[in-house]
Amino acid sequence: MSSHTVTTAVAQRIEATLQQALPCDYLELVNESHLHGRGELDSHYKLTLVSEQFTGLSRIARHRLLNQLLAAELAGPLHALALHLYSPSEWQQRQQLAPASPACRGGSKAP
Amino acid sequence: METIEKIKQQIAEHPILLYMKGSPKLPSCGFSSQASQVLMACGQPFAYVDILQNPDIRAELPKYADWPTFPQLWIEGELVGGCDIIMEMYQQGELQQIISDVAARHPAPSE
Repeated sequence: MSSHTVTTAVAQRIEATLQQALPCDYLELVNESHLHGRGELDSHYKLTLVSEQFTGLSRIARHRLLNQLLAAELAGPLHALALHLYSPSEWQQRQQLAPASPACRGGSKAP
Repeated sequence: METIEKIKQQIAEHPILLYMKGSPKLPSCGFSSQASQVLMACGQPFAYVDILQNPDIRAELPKYADWPTFPQLWIEGELVGGCDIIMEMYQQGELQQIISDVAARHPAPSE
């Protein structure tokens, strides 16, 4: 099984929460924990979400909406959640591509 | 000084302020590294606070900011966002514009 496959409990909860709370055209959750040398399987995720609800909302308002919806997860073992939040028209302009995440600097904590 | 007062003072005194893990020269996290790199690429002086050296600020700022993670970029007393937002603004050329406008309004170096 590839490390990108969304099967962890955290991932399932994030997807279930979002599908209930936010009508979206596109949802992609990638587990990027393997990029980070902490030895944890559920630490780093990248979420790309396209929703009509983002139209007219500032960047910070979109992020705050997600932070609110996922507050329980963010308070848990989830260390980093990269958010790429687009309205459908922005998503079209971006040719349906989200940016890549940075790799860890690795220096902060030894496993 | 109370931590919250310290935060308010920092935000008031530095028109461009990055709260990050580590320093721009020695960042301790990939997201903080990316954020400080694009800020440096904007070519204006900016202030930073290493939250790993300031555990009180690390604990208090997320509540004050209503923003759960680091890095955090504050410009002229307003939270602009974290790494994802900073990167997106940079890629669209918005960040460079804002930073040079702010630097022009505050000619004295902030640090």
